[in-house]
Amino acid sequence: MGFWSFSVFILIIAISAYWYGNTKALRLNSNSIEKLPSLPKYYGNYALIWLIFPCLLGVFLWITLNTYILDTILINHLPKELENSFAGGINMLVDRVKTINIDNPFPGTNPELIDAAIFLENKSNEVRAYFLWGIISISVLLCFVSLKKISFKFKARQAVEKSNVTLLILCSIVAIITTVGIVFSLIFEAMRFFDQVSIFDFLFGLSWSPQMAIREDQVASQGSFGAIPLFTGTLLITLIAMLVAIPVGLASAIYLAEYSSSTTRSIIKPLLEILAGVPTVVYGFFAAITVGPFFREFADFFGFNIASESAIAAGGVMGIMIIPFISSLSDDVISAVPQSLRDGSYAMGATHSETIKRVVLPAALPGIVGAILLAVSRAIGETMIVVMAAGIAANLTSNPFEAVTTVTVQIVTLLVGDQEFDSAKTLAAFALGITLFCMTLFLNLYALKIVQRYRERYE
Amino acid sequence: MNKNTQIIKSSLLKRKRSEKYFKYFGLTGIIAALLFLTIIITSIFTTGKKAFKQTAIKLEIFFDPKIIDPENKGTEETYKSANYKIVIKNALLNYFPSVNKRIDIRDLTNFISSSEEERLLEMILKDNTLIGTTKELWLTASSTIDVIHKNLEMLNITEKDRLIDNKEKKWFTKLLDDEKLKFQFNKTFFTSADSTEPEQAGIWGSAMGSFFTVLVTLILSFPIAVAAGVFLEELAPKNKFTDFLEVNINNLAAVPSIIFGLLGLAIFLNVMHLPRSAPIVGGLVLALMTLPTIIIATRASLKAVPPSIREAAIGLGATKLQTVTHHVLPLSFPGILTGTIIGMSQALGETAPLLMIGMVAFIVDVPGSFLDASTALPVQIYLWKSTAARGFVELAAAGVLILLTFLILMNSFAVYIRKKYEKKW
Repeated sequence: MGFWSFSVFILIIAISAYWYGNTKALRLNSNSIEKLPSLPKYYGNYALIWLIFPCLLGVFLWITLNTYILDTILINHLPKELENSFAGGINMLVDRVKTINIDNPFPGTNPELIDAAIFLENKSNEVRAYFLWGIISISVLLCFVSLKKISFKFKARQAVEKSNVTLLILCSIVAIITTVGIVFSLIFEAMRFFDQVSIFDFLFGLSWSPQMAIREDQVASQGSFGAIPLFTGTLLITLIAMLVAIPVGLASAIYLAEYSSSTTRSIIKPLLEILAGVPTVVYGFFAAITVGPFFREFADFFGFNIASESAIAAGGVMGIMIIPFISSLSDDVISAVPQSLRDGSYAMGATHSETIKRVVLPAALPGIVGAILLAVSRAIGETMIVVMAAGIAANLTSNPFEAVTTVTVQIVTLLVGDQEFDSAKTLAAFALGITLFCMTLFLNLYALKIVQRYRERYE
Repeated sequence: MNKNTQIIKSSLLKRKRSEKYFKYFGLTGIIAALLFLTIIITSIFTTGKKAFKQTAIKLEIFFDPKIIDPENKGTEETYKSANYKIVIKNALLNYFPSVNKRIDIRDLTNFISSSEEERLLEMILKDNTLIGTTKELWLTASSTIDVIHKNLEMLNITEKDRLIDNKEKKWFTKLLDDEKLKFQFNKTFFTSADSTEPEQAGIWGSAMGSFFTVLVTLILSFPIAVAAGVFLEELAPKNKFTDFLEVNINNLAAVPSIIFGLLGLAIFLNVMHLPRSAPIVGGLVLALMTLPTIIIATRASLKAVPPSIREAAIGLGATKLQTVTHHVLPLSFPGILTGTIIGMSQALGETAPLLMIGMVAFIVDVPGSFLDASTALPVQIYLWKSTAARGFVELAAAGVLILLTFLILMNSFAVYIRKKYEKKW
């Protein structure tokens, strides 16, 4: 039974269950003086819920468990000799079997592997049939029981609404599950990393070269995992980005909030927001293809020799990306300063710009600081621009014309491509990930708190 | 006149001047931001527009029966096993009779893209009466010739730095002078997937990958986010749990996207063993990422519905859930839809999490389902940018133009919906 025929089948049962519940309720209502406590359609809906929920749960379980079950069956089925003869261990072997096209195997494929692939295909059909028939029988049974419950005493609307609200709550909890998932997966893998590398070496080490030896006896077999060069690189690029974004963003925010007419504002604001909507890969491309070479030629002109991958190219372009964050948040904050403060200042004879500089901006300062902190957290977590334009080699420097690397770049370089999941090299990415997560989390919490307190002050 | 008044009067000019400068400072900020935007778009456009055309070479192709069907069998197998490279080589040699050294012949054949052999075969399969006839055809040139043709000034630099040597330059100029070269619309770019040769690589494969990924994202995140938004805004009691939920969602909105990629790698790939590089995993990860965006948009548009509507419904005896589903939700739907489209356009442009779950492989087939290995538009741009070979940068820029076109379309649709259905209460 395929997935689509299953869906159609369930749909047909669902329609008939709803119809039956509805008509049964209508019949009860018309045949007696006593009336049902809820509208007839709720009795249909009640049966429907008892059909659909178990189904969705079953399909979810099936999708989650399917691969695991099949892998276990396959591993038990595969002969030991094959396992031993295959380089790369049992997991690689399982992956290899899965990639075989049964109808048209690549010439020269080991016949035992083809047999295993056919076995897997059969088992997979079998497991799917078990699951789908199991789901159908359980949910039809539940649906049948719920249809039996229709009587004058049964309040269907309350039951239906209760389950609907439960569903809504479950959907909201997805957000919590996601956070928990992030924290636990990062911590779990990072712990495995810290088993191999001490946490102090990681946080305070000055050298980053995550190349682990392939053979045990190789020279320099120990990679070093000191993350300080990555932190300084991230900070350098963030600093450059802020040097671009804060003046431009703040100036635009002041002009938009204080000087522009409402028509210019309604044109310029969406234009600035285009900058926020441009995908980061586009900025990365621009930084690597246009800005990087531009700075190289610029330095060439003055007799310096720099690489086209430099902190200033990545940071500068990141600054452009951040402008709309700062401008639109600061704009909101400046607009929220009460008019009475401005009026007071004008009454004392201050000019417009003096009012802005001495009254409006100081009043709006906490909000602006919050906006800048949010922008900093955004810059720290930004990936594609730095991956494409900042460089890979860890370099402990404060020279903006040199190539530096960042936390996010290293996460990408460590995890892209084939890798095994037990080496310190790949686990290091998760340690970097949890560091990044903590940094941005604290920045965000702090910034949101500042902004919130600021809002409360003027409301 | 009072002394104070005098001081004020004398300082007035300076104050007025600083007033003017401050205003210009603000204006400069806006102009700078808009200038950056223009520079980015023009720079990408000038690089990218080159990829939409490609060089073709006009040749007289003789469909030689001796090569295509020497034993005159007339079956498809014979046609398929024939070597069309020789057909093309003969056509070239026919045009350059002076070339006779083996190595020169090889260099000459490299003028034509290897994809053209396939094309000749398809022509034969469609119409086998072509065999034995001569036909004038525009054949796609290889990427080297294409690059030279697009930048003719490269012919004048020294042989060492040039992509082609002197004898190839001589052939090229002859073709150019005889008007055997032209630019044709690069159809391959819109119909094929990735390739090792830039003239055969296209965006269609990754566009399909993106389509499947965003579809999964939409199917998962839209219902969940709307449900969560409705619960939090309309039904949730004010207590510690809902406060925690709210803080949680706000923070999730600010978590760097690459962290979601790590989540996907650790949970969906390593624990749940879902297929690597598949749009379904990409869609799952992006769904979790866009969830907060849609939840926040849903709540904002639910909040915009005036309480009088709710009160009227409740006054007529509707339950809380009926009020929401029958009245509040339909009224706020345009706003929710706008937020969803914006969330989807974010998902479409997102790259970093997809790199983590392996949607970054070299894939030459156009994916046909949620489970096939595939890339996505932004990842394809990243891959082409990172390819060292010439010609791929233009493809990447063209890919950027396609991606931006999609984003502009989606966003204008969102703006249209907002403008059309927006209600001022």
